[in-house]
Amino acid sequence: MASFYELRCRECGKRFSNQPLSSCDECFSSLEVAYDLTAAKKTFTRERIARGPQSMWRYQALLPVPDDYVPTTPSGMTPLMAAPRLAKRIGATNLYLKNDAVCLPTLSFKDRVVSVALAAAQNFGFDTVGCSSTGNLANAVAAHAARLGLKTYILVPTDLEPAKILNTQVYGANLVRIDGNYDAVNRLCTQIAERYNWGFVNVNLRPYYAEGSKTVGYEIAEQLGWRLPDNVVVPMAGGALISKIRKAFGELIELGLVENKQVRFFGAQATGCSPIAHAVKNGLSHHEPQRPNTIARSLAIGNPADGPYAIRAINESGGWAEDVSDVEIVSAIQELAETEGVFTETAGGVTTAVTARLYAHGRIAPGDLTVVAITGNGLKTLDVLQGKYEQQQAIRPRLADFEALVEQDREEAYVR
Amino acid sequence: MSVKVLLPNAFQKHTNGTREMQSQAQNLPQLLIEIETSFPALKPHLRDEDGKVRRFINFYVNEEDIRFLGNDEYAFKDGDEVLVIPSIAGGAL
Repeated sequence: MASFYELRCRECGKRFSNQPLSSCDECFSSLEVAYDLTAAKKTFTRERIARGPQSMWRYQALLPVPDDYVPTTPSGMTPLMAAPRLAKRIGATNLYLKNDAVCLPTLSFKDRVVSVALAAAQNFGFDTVGCSSTGNLANAVAAHAARLGLKTYILVPTDLEPAKILNTQVYGANLVRIDGNYDAVNRLCTQIAERYNWGFVNVNLRPYYAEGSKTVGYEIAEQLGWRLPDNVVVPMAGGALISKIRKAFGELIELGLVENKQVRFFGAQATGCSPIAHAVKNGLSHHEPQRPNTIARSLAIGNPADGPYAIRAINESGGWAEDVSDVEIVSAIQELAETEGVFTETAGGVTTAVTARLYAHGRIAPGDLTVVAITGNGLKTLDVLQGKYEQQQAIRPRLADFEALVEQDREEAYVR
Repeated sequence: MSVKVLLPNAFQKHTNGTREMQSQAQNLPQLLIEIETSFPALKPHLRDEDGKVRRFINFYVNEEDIRFLGNDEYAFKDGDEVLVIPSIAGGAL
Protein backbone atom coordinates (compact mmCIF):
# COMPACT_ATOMS: atom_id res chain seq x y z
CA MET A 1 0.00 0.00 0.00
CA ALA A 2 1.26 3.45 -0.87
CA SER A 3 1.78 5.99 1.85
CA PHE A 4 -0.68 8.79 2.41
CA TYR A 5 0.66 11.94 0.79
CA GLU A 6 -0.32 15.58 0.40
CA LEU A 7 1.27 18.93 -0.37
CA ARG A 8 2.87 20.97 2.37
CA CYS A 9 4.51 24.41 2.39
CA ARG A 10 8.22 24.11 3.07
CA GLU A 11 8.27 27.31 5.12
CA CYS A 12 4.96 27.84 6.95
CA GLY A 13 3.82 24.19 6.88
CA LYS A 14 0.34 24.90 5.45
CA ARG A 15 -1.20 21.73 4.02
CA PHE A 16 -2.84 21.45 0.63
CA SER A 17 -4.78 18.60 -0.97
CA ASN A 18 -3.12 16.99 -3.99
CA GLN A 19 -3.38 19.41 -6.92
CA PRO A 20 -1.17 21.00 -9.61
CA LEU A 21 0.27 23.75 -7.43
CA SER A 22 3.83 24.75 -6.56
CA SER A 23 3.61 27.75 -4.25
CA CYS A 24 1.89 28.50 -0.97
CA ASP A 25 -0.90 31.11 -1.03
CA GLU A 26 -0.03 32.24 2.50
CA CYS A 27 3.73 32.85 2.42
CA PHE A 28 4.45 32.24 -1.31
CA SER A 29 7.19 29.69 -0.59
CA SER A 30 7.43 26.42 -2.49
CA LEU A 31 5.43 23.30 -1.74
CA GLU A 32 6.70 19.79 -1.20
CA VAL A 33 5.04 16.39 -0.99
CA ALA A 34 4.81 15.17 2.61
CA TYR A 35 4.11 11.55 3.54
CA ASP A 36 2.65 9.65 6.40
CA LEU A 37 4.95 6.65 6.40
CA THR A 38 3.07 4.77 9.13
CA ALA A 39 1.35 2.39 6.71
CA ALA A 40 4.53 1.82 4.68
CA LYS A 41 6.49 1.00 7.84
CA LYS A 42 4.68 -2.32 8.25
CA THR A 43 4.63 -3.45 4.65
CA PHE A 44 7.53 -1.83 2.81
CA THR A 45 10.34 -4.23 3.67
CA ARG A 46 13.70 -4.99 2.03
CA GLU A 47 12.28 -8.32 0.85
CA ARG A 48 9.30 -6.67 -0.79
CA ILE A 49 11.51 -4.12 -2.50
CA ALA A 50 13.75 -6.91 -3.79
CA ARG A 51 10.70 -8.54 -5.40
CA GLY A 52 9.80 -5.29 -7.18
CA PRO A 53 10.67 -4.34 -10.76
CA GLN A 54 14.27 -3.59 -11.79
CA SER A 55 13.47 0.12 -11.99
CA MET A 56 12.82 3.09 -9.75
CA TRP A 57 9.23 1.85 -9.46
CA ARG A 58 10.34 -0.74 -6.89
CA TYR A 59 9.99 2.24 -4.52
CA GLN A 60 6.48 3.14 -5.74
CA ALA A 61 5.14 3.12 -2.18
CA LEU A 62 7.39 6.10 -1.40
CA LEU A 63 6.40 8.10 -4.49
CA PRO A 64 3.36 10.40 -4.89
CA VAL A 65 1.34 8.23 -7.27
CA PRO A 66 -2.00 6.49 -6.74
CA ASP A 67 -1.93 2.91 -5.40
CA ASP A 68 -3.14 1.48 -8.69
CA TYR A 69 -0.71 3.42 -10.90
CA VAL A 70 0.94 1.21 -13.51
CA PRO A 71 4.22 2.71 -14.78
CA THR A 72 4.99 2.32 -18.47
CA THR A 73 8.70 3.14 -18.62
CA PRO A 74 11.39 1.36 -16.60
CA SER A 75 13.47 4.39 -15.61
CA GLY A 76 16.08 4.26 -12.86
CA MET A 77 17.86 1.37 -11.12
CA THR A 78 21.03 2.48 -12.86
CA PRO A 79 24.42 0.93 -12.00
CA LEU A 80 26.27 1.86 -8.83
CA MET A 81 29.84 1.24 -9.92
CA ALA A 82 33.03 1.05 -7.89
CA ALA A 83 35.49 3.52 -9.44
CA PRO A 84 38.94 2.30 -8.35
CA ARG A 85 40.93 3.77 -11.24
CA LEU A 86 39.45 7.25 -10.88
CA ALA A 87 39.84 6.88 -7.11
CA LYS A 88 43.56 6.17 -7.47
CA ARG A 89 43.95 9.22 -9.69
CA ILE A 90 42.35 11.60 -7.18
CA GLY A 91 43.62 10.11 -3.91
CA ALA A 92 40.51 8.17 -2.87
CA THR A 93 40.18 4.51 -1.91
CA ASN A 94 36.44 3.90 -1.63
CA LEU A 95 34.76 5.74 -4.49
CA TYR A 96 31.53 4.86 -6.33
CA LEU A 97 29.68 6.31 -9.29
CA LYS A 98 25.89 6.36 -9.47
CA ASN A 99 25.67 6.19 -13.23
CA ASP A 100 22.55 7.92 -14.54
CA ALA A 101 24.33 8.48 -17.85
CA VAL A 102 22.56 5.23 -18.71
CA CYS A 103 19.16 6.01 -17.20
CA LEU A 104 16.32 4.95 -19.51
CA PRO A 105 14.86 6.04 -21.82
CA THR A 106 16.73 9.31 -22.52
CA LEU A 107 20.10 8.78 -20.79
CA SER A 108 19.81 11.25 -17.95
CA PHE A 109 18.63 11.46 -14.38
CA LYS A 110 15.66 13.51 -15.61
CA ASP A 111 13.85 10.34 -16.66
CA ARG A 112 13.22 9.71 -12.97
CA VAL A 113 11.53 13.02 -12.22
CA VAL A 114 9.53 13.03 -15.44
CA SER A 115 8.22 9.52 -14.71
CA VAL A 116 6.66 10.80 -11.51
CA ALA A 117 5.55 14.16 -12.93
CA LEU A 118 3.68 12.59 -15.82
CA ALA A 119 2.01 10.11 -13.49
CA ALA A 120 0.73 13.16 -11.61
CA ALA A 121 -0.24 14.86 -14.90
CA GLN A 122 -2.35 11.86 -15.85
CA ASN A 123 -3.88 11.74 -12.40
CA PHE A 124 -4.90 15.41 -12.69
CA GLY A 125 -6.32 14.81 -16.18
CA PHE A 126 -3.95 16.99 -18.23
CA ASP A 127 -3.80 16.21 -21.94
CA THR A 128 -0.88 18.58 -22.55
CA VAL A 129 2.37 18.68 -20.62
CA GLY A 130 5.44 20.87 -20.85
CA CYS A 131 8.55 22.14 -19.17
CA SER A 132 11.26 24.74 -19.20
CA SER A 133 14.48 22.92 -19.84
CA THR A 134 18.22 23.16 -20.26
CA GLY A 135 17.99 20.06 -22.47
CA ASN A 136 17.89 16.80 -20.57
CA LEU A 137 14.47 17.52 -19.16
CA ALA A 138 13.20 18.40 -22.64
CA ASN A 139 14.41 15.01 -23.90
CA ALA A 140 12.78 13.17 -21.02
CA VAL A 141 9.42 14.98 -21.22
CA ALA A 142 9.30 14.44 -24.99
CA ALA A 143 10.01 10.70 -24.75
CA HIS A 144 7.76 9.93 -21.79
CA ALA A 145 4.91 12.03 -23.22
CA ALA A 146 5.19 10.22 -26.55
CA ARG A 147 4.82 6.89 -24.77
CA LEU A 148 1.79 8.12 -22.84
CA GLY A 149 0.19 9.86 -25.84
CA LEU A 150 0.29 13.32 -24.25
CA LYS A 151 0.72 16.56 -26.20
CA THR A 152 3.72 18.72 -25.35
CA TYR A 153 4.96 22.29 -25.17
CA ILE A 154 8.65 22.23 -24.38
CA LEU A 155 10.44 25.55 -23.91
CA VAL A 156 14.23 25.82 -24.21
CA PRO A 157 16.84 28.58 -24.45
CA THR A 158 18.15 29.24 -27.98
CA ASP A 159 21.76 28.35 -27.17
CA LEU A 160 21.03 24.72 -26.36
CA GLU A 161 23.34 21.99 -27.67
CA PRO A 162 22.12 20.71 -31.10
CA ALA A 163 22.00 17.12 -29.79
CA LYS A 164 19.59 18.07 -27.05
CA ILE A 165 17.31 19.84 -29.53
CA LEU A 166 17.30 16.87 -31.91
CA ASN A 167 16.80 14.46 -29.02
CA THR A 168 13.59 16.34 -28.19
CA GLN A 169 12.22 16.81 -31.69
CA VAL A 170 12.64 13.16 -32.66
CA TYR A 171 9.81 12.22 -30.28
CA GLY A 172 7.44 14.52 -32.16
CA ALA A 173 7.51 17.09 -29.38
CA ASN A 174 6.39 20.65 -29.82
CA LEU A 175 9.67 22.45 -29.13
CA VAL A 176 9.61 26.21 -28.59
CA ARG A 177 12.96 28.01 -28.63
CA ILE A 178 13.08 31.15 -26.52
CA ASP A 179 15.41 34.06 -27.14
CA GLY A 180 16.83 34.19 -23.60
CA ASN A 181 18.65 32.15 -20.97
CA TYR A 182 17.12 29.39 -18.85
CA ASP A 183 15.97 31.78 -16.15
CA ALA A 184 14.01 33.75 -18.75
CA VAL A 185 12.49 30.55 -20.14
CA ASN A 186 11.57 29.49 -16.65
CA ARG A 187 9.90 32.79 -15.85
CA LEU A 188 7.86 32.57 -19.05
CA CYS A 189 6.84 28.99 -18.22
CA THR A 190 5.56 30.12 -14.85
CA GLN A 191 3.36 32.69 -16.62
CA ILE A 192 2.14 30.13 -19.16
CA ALA A 193 1.29 27.62 -16.45
CA GLU A 194 -0.93 30.25 -14.80
CA ARG A 195 -2.70 30.97 -18.09
CA TYR A 196 -3.19 27.53 -19.66
CA ASN A 197 -4.60 24.38 -18.15
CA TRP A 198 -1.48 22.34 -18.84
CA GLY A 199 0.81 20.32 -16.65
CA PHE A 200 4.25 21.88 -16.58
CA VAL A 201 6.43 19.26 -14.93
CA ASN A 202 8.81 21.69 -13.23
CA VAL A 203 6.30 24.46 -12.54
CA ASN A 204 2.80 23.47 -11.37
CA LEU A 205 3.70 19.76 -11.10
CA ARG A 206 7.04 20.52 -9.47
CA PRO A 207 6.31 19.11 -6.00
CA TYR A 208 5.49 15.70 -7.54
CA TYR A 209 8.25 15.87 -10.13
CA ALA A 210 10.95 16.61 -7.56
CA GLU A 211 10.00 13.48 -5.60
CA GLY A 212 11.35 11.35 -8.45
CA SER A 213 14.83 12.54 -7.45
CA LYS A 214 14.55 10.58 -4.21
CA THR A 215 14.91 7.31 -6.11
CA VAL A 216 18.62 8.08 -6.63
CA GLY A 217 19.00 7.99 -2.86
CA TYR A 218 16.93 4.81 -2.36
CA GLU A 219 18.95 3.02 -5.03
CA ILE A 220 22.31 4.09 -3.61
CA ALA A 221 21.33 2.69 -0.20
CA GLU A 222 19.97 -0.58 -1.58
CA GLN A 223 22.91 -1.09 -3.96
CA LEU A 224 25.35 -0.56 -1.09
CA GLY A 225 23.64 -3.48 0.66
CA TRP A 226 21.17 -1.36 2.63
CA ARG A 227 23.63 1.05 4.18
CA LEU A 228 24.29 4.73 3.67
CA PRO A 229 27.53 6.17 2.29
CA ASP A 230 29.73 8.62 4.20
CA ASN A 231 29.51 11.29 1.49
CA VAL A 232 27.55 12.08 -1.63
CA VAL A 233 28.75 14.50 -4.32
CA VAL A 234 25.90 15.93 -6.36
CA PRO A 235 25.73 18.43 -9.25
CA MET A 236 23.52 21.45 -8.59
CA ALA A 237 21.44 23.47 -11.02
CA GLY A 238 18.04 24.21 -9.46
CA GLY A 239 19.36 22.60 -6.27
CA ALA A 240 16.61 19.98 -5.85
CA LEU A 241 18.54 16.73 -6.28
CA ILE A 242 20.84 17.21 -3.32
CA SER A 243 18.04 17.89 -0.85
CA LYS A 244 15.88 15.09 -2.27
CA ILE A 245 18.63 12.48 -1.88
CA ARG A 246 18.88 13.65 1.71
CA LYS A 247 15.11 13.33 2.10
CA ALA A 248 15.32 9.80 0.67
CA PHE A 249 17.98 8.75 3.18
CA GLY A 250 15.86 10.24 5.97
CA GLU A 251 12.82 8.22 4.88
CA LEU A 252 14.84 4.99 4.73
CA ILE A 253 16.07 5.65 8.27
CA GLU A 254 12.50 6.36 9.44
CA LEU A 255 11.28 3.13 7.84
CA GLY A 256 14.06 1.19 9.55
CA LEU A 257 15.48 0.04 6.21
CA VAL A 258 18.96 1.43 6.98
CA GLU A 259 20.83 2.36 10.13
CA ASN A 260 20.80 6.01 11.14
CA LYS A 261 23.87 7.82 9.87
CA GLN A 262 24.91 11.38 9.19
CA VAL A 263 25.72 11.47 5.47
CA ARG A 264 27.63 14.54 4.33
CA PHE A 265 26.36 16.25 1.17
CA PHE A 266 28.69 18.01 -1.23
CA GLY A 267 27.41 20.21 -4.05
CA ALA A 268 29.10 20.80 -7.41
CA GLN A 269 28.68 23.76 -9.75
CA ALA A 270 30.48 25.38 -12.66
CA THR A 271 32.23 28.62 -11.69
CA GLY A 272 30.37 30.36 -14.53
CA CYS A 273 27.10 29.64 -12.73
CA SER A 274 27.70 29.01 -9.05
CA PRO A 275 25.10 30.82 -6.92
CA ILE A 276 24.74 27.93 -4.47
CA ALA A 277 28.48 27.20 -4.15
CA HIS A 278 29.10 30.92 -3.68
CA ALA A 279 26.56 31.07 -0.86
CA VAL A 280 28.02 28.00 0.90
CA LYS A 281 31.60 29.27 0.61
CA ASN A 282 30.61 32.68 1.97
CA GLY A 283 28.41 31.45 4.79
CA LEU A 284 25.17 32.83 3.33
CA SER A 285 21.82 31.17 4.00
CA HIS A 286 20.39 32.36 0.67
CA HIS A 287 21.96 32.58 -2.76
CA GLU A 288 22.29 35.72 -4.87
CA PRO A 289 21.12 35.20 -8.49
CA GLN A 290 23.82 35.14 -11.17
CA ARG A 291 23.89 35.51 -14.94
CA PRO A 292 25.13 32.10 -16.14
CA ASN A 293 28.18 31.82 -18.40
CA THR A 294 29.44 28.25 -18.63
CA ILE A 295 29.67 25.33 -21.05
CA ALA A 296 27.80 23.27 -18.43
CA ARG A 297 24.47 24.39 -19.83
CA SER A 298 22.48 21.75 -18.00
CA LEU A 299 23.59 23.42 -14.75
CA ALA A 300 23.20 26.99 -16.01
CA ILE A 301 20.43 28.17 -13.69
CA GLY A 302 21.28 31.58 -12.24
CA ASN A 303 18.36 31.72 -9.82
CA PRO A 304 17.98 28.17 -8.48
CA ALA A 305 14.50 27.41 -7.15
CA ASP A 306 15.80 25.10 -4.44
CA GLY A 307 18.94 27.11 -3.72
CA PRO A 308 18.14 27.81 -0.05
CA TYR A 309 17.27 24.13 0.55
CA ALA A 310 20.46 22.93 -1.13
CA ILE A 311 22.48 25.33 1.05
CA ARG A 312 20.66 24.02 4.11
CA ALA A 313 21.24 20.36 3.17
CA ILE A 314 24.95 21.00 2.69
CA ASN A 315 25.43 23.02 5.87
CA GLU A 316 23.33 20.81 8.15
CA SER A 317 25.08 17.67 6.93
CA GLY A 318 28.57 19.05 7.44
CA GLY A 319 29.31 19.05 3.71
CA TRP A 320 30.67 21.68 1.38
CA ALA A 321 30.25 23.07 -2.13
CA GLU A 322 32.83 23.78 -4.81
CA ASP A 323 32.85 25.17 -8.33
CA VAL A 324 35.20 24.48 -11.23
CA SER A 325 36.18 26.20 -14.47
CA ASP A 326 35.07 25.19 -17.96
CA VAL A 327 38.60 23.91 -18.71
CA GLU A 328 38.50 21.66 -15.64
CA ILE A 329 35.04 20.40 -16.67
CA VAL A 330 36.30 19.17 -20.06
CA SER A 331 39.41 17.57 -18.51
CA ALA A 332 37.23 15.79 -15.98
CA ILE A 333 34.92 14.43 -18.69
CA GLN A 334 38.01 12.94 -20.35
CA GLU A 335 39.43 11.66 -17.08
CA LEU A 336 36.22 9.86 -16.11
CA ALA A 337 35.98 8.27 -19.55
CA GLU A 338 39.67 7.23 -19.56
CA THR A 339 39.67 5.78 -16.05
CA GLU A 340 36.20 4.24 -15.66
CA GLY A 341 34.76 3.96 -19.17
CA VAL A 342 31.93 6.31 -18.33
CA PHE A 343 31.25 9.08 -20.82
CA THR A 344 29.36 11.84 -19.10
CA GLU A 345 28.12 15.24 -20.20
CA THR A 346 29.34 18.58 -18.89
CA ALA A 347 27.37 18.30 -15.63
CA GLY A 348 29.21 15.03 -14.90
CA GLY A 349 32.46 16.78 -15.70
CA VAL A 350 31.58 19.38 -13.08
CA THR A 351 30.83 16.71 -10.48
CA THR A 352 33.97 14.71 -11.25
CA ALA A 353 36.23 17.79 -11.14
CA VAL A 354 34.66 18.98 -7.89
CA THR A 355 35.08 15.51 -6.36
CA ALA A 356 38.79 15.58 -7.21
CA ARG A 357 39.12 18.98 -5.58
CA LEU A 358 37.27 17.90 -2.43
CA TYR A 359 39.82 15.09 -1.95
CA ALA A 360 42.74 17.38 -2.84
CA HIS A 361 41.63 19.97 -0.28
CA GLY A 362 41.06 17.36 2.41
CA ARG A 363 37.32 18.00 2.60
CA ILE A 364 36.78 14.26 2.07
CA ALA A 365 39.05 11.70 3.76
CA PRO A 366 40.64 9.16 1.36
CA GLY A 367 38.99 6.11 2.95
CA ASP A 368 35.46 7.52 3.15
CA LEU A 369 32.74 5.71 1.21
CA THR A 370 31.82 8.40 -1.30
CA VAL A 371 29.20 8.23 -4.05
CA VAL A 372 29.42 10.62 -7.00
CA ALA A 373 26.16 11.29 -8.87
CA ILE A 374 26.73 11.21 -12.62
CA THR A 375 23.52 12.57 -14.06
CA GLY A 376 23.87 12.77 -17.83
CA ASN A 377 25.41 11.24 -20.94
CA GLY A 378 28.37 12.61 -22.89
CA LEU A 379 26.80 11.83 -26.25
CA LYS A 380 24.55 14.84 -25.70
CA THR A 381 27.36 17.38 -25.29
CA LEU A 382 29.86 16.26 -27.93
CA ASP A 383 30.45 19.88 -28.93
CA VAL A 384 32.64 20.56 -25.89
CA LEU A 385 35.14 17.94 -27.09
CA GLN A 386 35.49 19.46 -30.57
CA GLY A 387 39.19 19.72 -31.44
CA LYS A 388 40.31 17.70 -28.41
CA TYR A 389 41.42 14.69 -30.44
CA GLU A 390 43.60 14.48 -33.52
CA GLN A 391 42.27 12.40 -36.37
CA GLN A 392 44.93 9.85 -37.31
CA GLN A 393 45.63 9.67 -41.04
CA ALA A 394 44.08 6.58 -42.63
CA ILE A 395 46.45 3.76 -43.58
CA ARG A 396 46.13 1.31 -46.46
CA PRO A 397 44.46 -2.02 -45.59
CA ARG A 398 47.86 -3.76 -45.40
CA LEU A 399 49.46 -5.49 -42.44
CA ALA A 400 52.80 -3.77 -43.20
CA ASP A 401 51.19 -0.37 -42.87
CA PHE A 402 49.64 -1.37 -39.56
CA GLU A 403 52.97 -2.71 -38.26
CA ALA A 404 54.66 0.56 -39.22
CA LEU A 405 51.96 2.46 -37.36
CA VAL A 406 52.41 0.38 -34.19
CA GLU A 407 56.20 0.82 -34.42
CA GLN A 408 55.73 4.56 -34.75
CA ASP A 409 53.46 4.59 -31.68
CA ARG A 410 56.12 2.69 -29.71
CA GLU A 411 58.82 5.15 -30.72
CA GLU A 412 56.65 8.08 -29.73
CA ALA A 413 55.87 6.45 -26.41
CA TYR A 414 59.63 5.90 -25.86
CA VAL A 415 60.37 9.57 -26.61
CA ARG A 416 57.68 10.64 -24.14
CA MET B 1 4.29 58.07 -15.57
CA SER B 2 2.71 54.70 -15.15
CA VAL B 3 3.88 51.09 -14.95
CA LYS B 4 1.86 47.93 -15.48
CA VAL B 5 2.06 45.36 -12.67
CA LEU B 6 1.14 41.71 -13.22
CA LEU B 7 0.26 39.78 -10.07
CA PRO B 8 0.53 35.99 -9.73
CA ASN B 9 -2.34 33.56 -9.14
CA ALA B 10 -1.05 32.95 -5.62
CA PHE B 11 -1.88 36.59 -4.71
CA GLN B 12 -5.45 36.50 -5.98
CA LYS B 13 -6.96 35.14 -2.81
CA HIS B 14 -5.76 38.34 -1.12
CA THR B 15 -6.47 40.75 -4.01
CA ASN B 16 -10.12 39.88 -4.73
CA GLY B 17 -9.01 38.25 -7.95
CA THR B 18 -7.10 41.25 -9.31
CA ARG B 19 -4.35 40.10 -11.67
CA GLU B 20 -3.17 43.39 -13.07
CA MET B 21 -2.81 46.97 -11.87
CA GLN B 22 -1.42 50.30 -13.07
CA SER B 23 0.95 52.06 -10.71
CA GLN B 24 2.50 55.52 -10.43
CA ALA B 25 5.31 54.20 -8.21
CA GLN B 26 8.82 55.47 -8.95
CA ASN B 27 10.60 52.40 -7.65
CA LEU B 28 10.15 49.00 -5.98
CA PRO B 29 9.76 50.20 -2.36
CA GLN B 30 7.05 52.65 -3.49
CA LEU B 31 5.36 49.94 -5.53
CA LEU B 32 5.23 47.59 -2.56
CA ILE B 33 3.58 50.24 -0.42
CA GLU B 34 1.07 50.91 -3.18
CA ILE B 35 0.27 47.18 -3.54
CA GLU B 36 -0.20 46.90 0.21
CA THR B 37 -2.42 49.99 0.31
CA SER B 38 -4.54 48.69 -2.56
CA PHE B 39 -4.77 45.20 -1.08
CA PRO B 40 -4.46 45.39 2.71
CA ALA B 41 -5.21 41.66 3.00
CA LEU B 42 -2.00 40.90 1.10
CA LYS B 43 0.32 42.79 3.43
CA PRO B 44 0.83 40.15 6.15
CA HIS B 45 1.58 37.59 3.45
CA LEU B 46 3.99 39.78 1.51
CA ARG B 47 6.34 40.52 4.39
CA ASP B 48 7.94 38.39 7.08
CA GLU B 49 7.96 39.00 10.84
CA ASP B 50 10.69 41.63 10.44
CA GLY B 51 8.71 43.56 7.85
CA LYS B 52 10.98 42.47 5.01
CA VAL B 53 9.53 41.32 1.69
CA ARG B 54 9.66 37.53 1.66
CA ARG B 55 12.73 36.14 -0.08
CA PHE B 56 10.77 33.80 -2.29
CA ILE B 57 8.96 36.64 -4.09
CA ASN B 58 10.69 37.67 -7.31
CA PHE B 59 10.22 40.92 -9.23
CA TYR B 60 10.99 41.30 -12.93
CA VAL B 61 10.99 44.49 -14.98
CA ASN B 62 10.52 43.95 -18.71
CA GLU B 63 11.77 40.35 -18.41
CA GLU B 64 14.83 41.22 -16.31
CA ASP B 65 15.22 40.24 -12.66
CA ILE B 66 15.09 43.56 -10.79
CA ARG B 67 18.10 42.47 -8.73
CA PHE B 68 20.22 42.81 -11.87
CA LEU B 69 18.87 46.35 -12.43
CA GLY B 70 19.74 47.74 -9.01
CA ASN B 71 16.80 46.37 -7.02
CA ASP B 72 15.35 49.14 -4.78
CA GLU B 73 17.49 51.73 -6.57
CA TYR B 74 16.03 51.04 -9.99
CA ALA B 75 13.87 53.97 -11.19
CA PHE B 76 10.78 52.75 -13.06
CA LYS B 77 10.30 54.16 -16.56
CA ASP B 78 6.99 54.97 -18.17
CA GLY B 79 5.52 51.83 -19.71
CA ASP B 80 7.65 49.39 -17.70
CA GLU B 81 5.98 46.03 -17.11
CA VAL B 82 6.58 44.65 -13.62
CA LEU B 83 6.01 40.95 -13.13
CA VAL B 84 5.69 39.40 -9.67
CA ILE B 85 6.44 35.68 -9.34
CA PRO B 86 6.40 33.77 -6.07
CA SER B 87 8.92 30.97 -5.52
CA ILE B 88 10.29 30.63 -9.02
CA ALA B 89 10.23 26.98 -10.01
CA GLY B 90 12.35 25.18 -12.59
CA GLY B 91 15.39 22.95 -12.49
CA ALA B 92 15.71 19.53 -10.96
CA LEU B 93 19.36 18.76 -10.42
